[in-house]
Amino acid sequence: MLRYVIGRLLTAIPTLFLIITISFFLIRIAPGGPFDLERPLEAKVMENLNKIYHLDEPLWMQYVLYLKNVAVLDFGPSFYLRDFSINELFAQSLPISIQLGTSALALALVVGGFMGVMAALRQNGPGDYSIMAAATLGVTIPNFVVAPVLTLILGVWLGWLPVGGWGGGAFVNKILPVVTLALPQIAVVARLTRGSMIEALRSNHVRTARAYGLSAYLVIVVHALRGAILPVVSYLGPAAAALLTGSVVVESIFGIPGIGRYFVQGALNRDYTLVMGTVVVVACFVIVFNLVVDLLYALLDPRVRYD
Amino acid sequence: MFKSLRVGALAAALMAATSLTAVAEVVLHRDNGGEPETLDPHKTSVTTENNILKDMYEGLIGLSADGKLIPGMAESWTISDDGTVYTFNLRDAKWSNGDPVVAGDFEYSLRRIMDPATGAKYATVLYPIKNAEKVNKSELPKEELGVKAIDDKTLEITLESPTPYFLGLLQHQTGLPVHPATVEEHGTDFVRPENVVTNGAFIITEFVPNSHVTVVRNENYYGNDDVQIDKVVFHNIEDRGAAVRRFEAGEFHIVDEVPTEQMAHVKSTMADQLLVAPYLGTYYYALNHESEKLKDPGVRQALSMAIDREFLADEIFAGTMSVAYSIVPPGIDNYGEPAYAEYKGQSMIDREDEARELLEAAGYNESNPLKLELRYNTNENHKNAAIAIADMWKPLGVEVSMLNTDVKTHYAHLRDQGDFDVARAGWIGDYSDPQNFLFLVESDNTGFNYARYNNPEYDALMDKAAATLDLEKRADIMKQAEVLFMRDLPFIPILHYSSKKLVSDKISGYEPNLRDEHQSRWITVSE
Repeated sequence: MLRYVIGRLLTAIPTLFLIITISFFLIRIAPGGPFDLERPLEAKVMENLNKIYHLDEPLWMQYVLYLKNVAVLDFGPSFYLRDFSINELFAQSLPISIQLGTSALALALVVGGFMGVMAALRQNGPGDYSIMAAATLGVTIPNFVVAPVLTLILGVWLGWLPVGGWGGGAFVNKILPVVTLALPQIAVVARLTRGSMIEALRSNHVRTARAYGLSAYLVIVVHALRGAILPVVSYLGPAAAALLTGSVVVESIFGIPGIGRYFVQGALNRDYTLVMGTVVVVACFVIVFNLVVDLLYALLDPRVRYD
Repeated sequence: MFKSLRVGALAAALMAATSLTAVAEVVLHRDNGGEPETLDPHKTSVTTENNILKDMYEGLIGLSADGKLIPGMAESWTISDDGTVYTFNLRDAKWSNGDPVVAGDFEYSLRRIMDPATGAKYATVLYPIKNAEKVNKSELPKEELGVKAIDDKTLEITLESPTPYFLGLLQHQTGLPVHPATVEEHGTDFVRPENVVTNGAFIITEFVPNSHVTVVRNENYYGNDDVQIDKVVFHNIEDRGAAVRRFEAGEFHIVDEVPTEQMAHVKSTMADQLLVAPYLGTYYYALNHESEKLKDPGVRQALSMAIDREFLADEIFAGTMSVAYSIVPPGIDNYGEPAYAEYKGQSMIDREDEARELLEAAGYNESNPLKLELRYNTNENHKNAAIAIADMWKPLGVEVSMLNTDVKTHYAHLRDQGDFDVARAGWIGDYSDPQNFLFLVESDNTGFNYARYNNPEYDALMDKAAATLDLEKRADIMKQAEVLFMRDLPFIPILHYSSKKLVSDKISGYEPNLRDEHQSRWITVSE
C-alpha cells in the first residue's frame, strides 16, 4: 500500500512538470504584459520593472528560473498585487477556500447521499420524483443565479444573514456561500447515489442479507450503501479538487478572499506568477484527490487491492 | 469546573457591556470598487488605491470635500514671477509614529518616485518638475531633481517650465510622501500594516487581499480633532451587483459605482440616496488617421454628427453618462466653456441629413457602403453602445464589423500601432486642466495618440499654451487647439463620464465633485 502511494506520488512529478511547462508558455502567448496599462509606461520604467521581475531575460532563462523557484516552493512575487508574494496570497486565501470547499463537500455528501438513498428506497414513487426534480433543478440553475437570489431573499429582504464578506470566518458569513457551493453537488450526489443504490438493492448480496433477516438499517447502510457509494466516491475526487480550490463566481459575489478568483484575476492582468501558482495548486489538488479516491476504493471495494 | 465557566462568562459579558457603554466606535464601510494593486504611494496608478492612500497620507496640497485644492502639509506657498519656482512652507505636522513631517521627507519622496529603481507606474504625472524626466530615464542622478529642502519647514520645487496646474499635480496621489526612515529600514515591505508610518488622518491596520483594507484614526494627525470617524473599512469588491445588495442590507454606507443595469432598480427604490455627478472623463471613439477610409475630414465629421448622444446617455447608459460635444469636459479648471462641435443643439434629423450628404460627397451610400471595423474592449455597456452606434451609422451607408478583445489586448493593440479603423477608448483626467485632455493627441504622444493624429499646427498651439503664464491667454490658446481637434476629429467625443454613487442617509459631508474624490476625514456617520 505504502509502496503504491509513493509510486503514485512519484509519477505526479512528471505530470506537474508537464503542466507547468505548458502553462508557462501558454500564458506568454497572450498579448500585452503585466505592466501594460491604459497609460503606457516610460520605456525606462518598463525596462526597470522588467528587470526587477526578471522579464528582461530570455524566455527559456525565465522558465529555468521559475522551475528552480517552484522546486523550493517559492512561487515568486505577484506582478499585479505588488505588495504581496504569491506564497503570501495563497497562505491567506487557500485556507479559506479549503474551509468553504470542505464544508460544502460534507454538506453535499450528507444531504445528497441521504436524498439519494431515500429516492432509491421509494423508487418511482412521489418521494422519488420530487427529490429527483429538486436535484435536476439544483444542477441546472447556475450558481451566479443562485447566489444573488439567496442573498437578496435572506440578506436584503429578510435581513437574517450577511449579504457578503468573510467576517473573519464567522459562521453566519459562511452559510450562504457554502449552500451555494453545495447545491449543485447535492444534486449530483443524490442522482448518483439513487442510481447505484437501486442497482445495489437488487444485487445478490443484499438479497441474501435480507433473507438472513438482518435489520433494514444493516441491509441498507452496511451492505447496500457500501457498494452504492463507489460511483459517488469517484465523482467526488475531482469535485473535491474543484471545490477546495475555490470558485470565482461564489467568491466574487460574496466578497470572499479565497483562491478561486486569483486564477481569473491573474489571467486578465497577465500576472504570470499568479496564474502559474494557481495552476500548480489546482494540479496538486487534482492529483492528490485522485489518489485519495483510489485509496478509498481499496477500502470500500474488497475486489480492489494495491499490494 | 462549572463555576469557573460561569465566572468566565460573567466576566466576558461584563467586558462586552463596558466596552459598549464606552463611546461607541464610529465605523464607515466604503465600497472601494475594486482591489488596490499596491499601497505604495509611488507605485500607485488607479483610483481604488487613491481612495485609500488619501486617507492614509497627506501631500503638500490637500483636497476639500467639494474638490477644491486646499493647503495640506504645506501651510502656504509662494510662486516666483516666472512661474517656475514654488516655495512651500510646511505646517507643524507629525507622522503616525510621532516624528515631525519635514521638508526633507518630501525631497526624499519625490526623488524616490522618480528613481527608475522604484518602478513607479505614474511618475510621468510629475514630469513638469525640473530634471524629473531625465532622472526617471536614468539620464541624471536623482539628486539632480529640482526639489530641495531649504530647511525643515521650507521646500523649494523648481519646474522645467511654468505649469499653471502644478498644484493640482501635487495633489495627485503620486505627490504623497513616505516616511524615509521606514522605507530605508524595511525596503518594499514598508507598506505592510505592521511597518508603515503615515501622515494622514488614518493609519492602516489590515490589508486582506481580495477582501478589505481597514484604517483607523491617527491620533497624531494635526486635524484629528475634526475627524469624526474612528475606523474606515474599504471593501475592495469588483462585483457591482453585490455592492448594491450589500448597501441595501445596510452593510455598506457608500457604493462606489452603481452599475448601469441596476440603475432602474436603484432609481425606483433608493432614489434619495443616489448621487450622479459630472466626472472628469470622456468616452470616445478614436479614428485612425492613417486609415485610407478615414482620410476624408468630411467622413469623420459625418460619423460624429450621426451619433445620437442623447439616446446613448439616456437609454444605453441609463442616465449614468452625459453627452459630449467636446473632448474637454465642461466644468474643468483653467478653461471656461469647451469648444463644442457646431452641431451641438441641432436636431438629429438635420444632422443625419447633413451626415448623409457628407458621405455621399465622399462617394459612400447604402449601395456602396463605407466598411469600418470597430474595436472595443469586452464589456456589456461598450457592446451595447457599439451596436447602437453601428445602427445609427447604417442608414448613412456605413457598414460596421465589430471586434472585441479583453482590455489588455485592446489597449496593447492600440498602443503598438496595430491596424484599426475605429476604436473605443476612454480617458479620466489626472488633474483638472484642459491640457490633461488635449495632450492626448499631440503628435509625439505615442502612448495615447491612438488616432496617430499629426497636425503641426495643433502641436504648435499646445507648445505655445505651455509657455503662456497668463491663465486667460493660455485658455484661449488651448481653446484654439480644441477647435482644431473638433474639426479634424482624431477622437469622436461621445459621452462624458459621471460618478454614480449610493450614499446612505446616515452619511453627511459627502459632496459630489468633478474629481470624484471623497476623503473620509470630511465624512460623518450618524447612527
